[in-house]
Amino acid sequence: MTTAGPQPPTAPHHPGEEISVENVTKRFGAVQALSGVTLSFPPGRVTALMGENGAGKSTLLKILTGDHQPTEGAILWAGRPRNFSSPHDARKAGIRIIPQEPEIIPHVSVAENVYAGALPRTAGRRLDRAELRRRITADLLRLGFEKVIHPDQLGSELTPAQRQLVEILRALTGDAKVIAFDEPTSSLSENEVEALFGLIERLRGRGIAVIYVSHRMKEIFRLADRIAVLRDGALAGVLEARDTDEGEVVRLMVGRDLSSLYVRQDVAREEVVLRLQGVTTDDVFDIDLDVRAGEVVALAGLMGAGRSELALALAGDRPLRAGRVSVNGRTLRLRSPKDAIRAGIGLAPEERKAQALFLHRSVRDNTSLVSLDRMRRWRFVRSRRERAAAQDYSDRLRVRTPSIEHEVRKLSGGNQQKVVLARWLLRKPAVLILDEPTRGIDIGAKAEIYRIIADLAREGVALLVISSELPEVLGLADRVVVMQNGRITGELSRSEATEEAVLHLAMADDLAPVAADRTLTDSADGDAR
Amino acid sequence: MTTTRTPATTDSVPAPAGKSRGTLLSSLGGQNLSLIGALVLVLALFGLLNDNYLSLSNLQVIGEAATITGLLAVVQTVVIICGGLDISVGSQAGLASVVSAMVFTSGGSNPYLGMAAAIGVGLLVGVVNGVFIVYGRVNPTIATLAGLAAYKGVAQLVSGGRAQGYVLNDPLFVFLGRGKIAGVPVMIWILAVVALAVHVLLKYTDIGRNVYAIGGNDTAARLAGIDINKYLVAVYALIGVVAAVAGILLTARTGSGQPVSGSEGLELKAVTAAALGGCALKGGKGGIGGTLLAVALLGALENGLTVEGINTFWQNVAQGALLVAAVVIQQRRSGERAVGLPH
Repeated sequence: MTTAGPQPPTAPHHPGEEISVENVTKRFGAVQALSGVTLSFPPGRVTALMGENGAGKSTLLKILTGDHQPTEGAILWAGRPRNFSSPHDARKAGIRIIPQEPEIIPHVSVAENVYAGALPRTAGRRLDRAELRRRITADLLRLGFEKVIHPDQLGSELTPAQRQLVEILRALTGDAKVIAFDEPTSSLSENEVEALFGLIERLRGRGIAVIYVSHRMKEIFRLADRIAVLRDGALAGVLEARDTDEGEVVRLMVGRDLSSLYVRQDVAREEVVLRLQGVTTDDVFDIDLDVRAGEVVALAGLMGAGRSELALALAGDRPLRAGRVSVNGRTLRLRSPKDAIRAGIGLAPEERKAQALFLHRSVRDNTSLVSLDRMRRWRFVRSRRERAAAQDYSDRLRVRTPSIEHEVRKLSGGNQQKVVLARWLLRKPAVLILDEPTRGIDIGAKAEIYRIIADLAREGVALLVISSELPEVLGLADRVVVMQNGRITGELSRSEATEEAVLHLAMADDLAPVAADRTLTDSADGDAR
Repeated sequence: MTTTRTPATTDSVPAPAGKSRGTLLSSLGGQNLSLIGALVLVLALFGLLNDNYLSLSNLQVIGEAATITGLLAVVQTVVIICGGLDISVGSQAGLASVVSAMVFTSGGSNPYLGMAAAIGVGLLVGVVNGVFIVYGRVNPTIATLAGLAAYKGVAQLVSGGRAQGYVLNDPLFVFLGRGKIAGVPVMIWILAVVALAVHVLLKYTDIGRNVYAIGGNDTAARLAGIDINKYLVAVYALIGVVAAVAGILLTARTGSGQPVSGSEGLELKAVTAAALGGCALKGGKGGIGGTLLAVALLGALENGLTVEGINTFWQNVAQGALLVAAVVIQQRRSGERAVGLPH
């Protein structure tokens, strides 16, 4: 993009220009991320890439965009092998990935954002505003985006969808032939999703090969022409979207029956451990809730219903404006997380890397941190005890790590989550709050986490589980409490709890059914049941 | 650097269980091994160039000169591990030096009074830094940059900008500055005691664990029940106290209270030593061993350059270059991608 202005993307459709991967294998050390994947991405079609977390979707994308090099196999471009040694290489060849959060310069216009790095200049090296305006207007008109975005809007004023549009425009002005979207709708609102789909359909119409990675079945069937499913690094199948249905896709993705994962038991005892009376914070209002010993209560609701905020308040990290929290009959003064921990409340927060883990410290350090006050003499940590305890819990939870001295950042997501759980199990809290305990971890680790939750319940811990995956909510909970807009809208016993009933309560007031589908049943497992 | 590590990628997998090196070697760590290598190299180089360089008396000179830097580098290590920074340490030491000498002189030549006053001022200054940073929500670099200027100004104001007092008529100050125990200068003993105490604190107590936790991930530390504010104020207070000790030693060594000369630029040396010693400037990583090795390396280098008659201006250039080199090496190792501005 150093020459005088980018080439307008007029009909770049050459039938032979198709990118494909041929027998691609990728290994990281001992782990096989991809094995023998052969797949093409034809121009003018939307190919959806689906699969569980860890199935190899992002590895495949990264190979296409030059971030990784295949261990074996090749990338073919128009039938001939091509090697992208860097992301820059792949971009030059016309392969673009639209990130979830595009880099937008906040204080300059859309036009300058689009042409950043290749701005037209006058002879005196000054910015040629007239030329810039002429080009961006022409681009927007030609691509049909003139109603969606204005060239003079500042980067900071753009909605998430418009930010993605800027990134798409950058790609198109760079003469992109392949555009990949990686979970593009996760930060978008309903209208913005529609707008984005409109854009993608126009890209398809212009003969661009679109790769679309998403977990959301509804989007896939709305948008995709072909659905390629990866499982455990191998291609499980390629389906024509109009000849298949969600059930078939899920079977290909999972390859096993999901309902067997959940451990059902009735161990809830009479005594109430956690009691909330009229709890009000800045985000949640008038919450009444009891959790008994050995009971698993699921908090269901849409994103933004206030569930995580309630969890943080119970963990002492958000001030209580009104109401009472008591544990085993004792009313708590929750001024800081320390108060909550002392009172026997543990929280495994939503974002384990950002809120719970010390990635550069060892499994041992991460496990013992909140229990150090129980294993010290004066202020000295009794290291033999600490090692024994960390080893014990990491064995019990089957944390897969070469040793407990291994840095946590080197573990997989599922094992990291187990380290967070080990931390709290070692502390032996009376109440354990698990916020999205299985987000982003593979199915095997999920099953193990369900087993841990069942074990905890049997030991009499009061469990409050927040989950956005309805099957998980229904599979785990003795009781489902549904929140919306910071309030509890209803409570369902296990026999009453169905997906429909939970959804009904989760959007009791004002939210459109579409929105509920997006946040509650978007996962693969969700559609499986 | 002697170790090679593949940069961390988001989807990196557990490496096969570490190649078994000797426990002693692995406990030293790659960073420290390279520092020892560099130190041996520097000593050998200047030892060849100059016969006197490796003499016992010159090694003592190196040790004594490095002591004041060493004290400040040790506490700098603690604050950097916490994710903070204190670039006002030099000014704090200067202020403490002036206070110790002036209170000593005006207080009827009572050395204890002078030292207590200096330590009291150090504590106060440290707490002020901590409170501004924690409760005023000021970036630590900015807050202590202000302190760098302000404390130097206060030291110049109370001293009139000149060396003040004379302490070498007092046996305690003489002992601190010139005395020896078991053939080793008292100053080096003081550094050894402080460094050992801080090392034990960091490695073997729950306080130390919490310090690493705060620097590693402050949100997670808070949710794990650590009172971050209390810890940060305490760490800055510790810096104030140790900087005051450094100031007292400065007074004892030069014989009078020095507002600026002798303490100016020490912050640069302290930060350089900590970074060279393996502290991640983002926090959460580092240790006293590496910092002390880096202090020794810097001291040996500085002395060698002086012995060889190299212009001090060049020494400044060398020091700046070392700091940048240390940080670049660190960033390379952490596998951070070169995109956007560094944090």
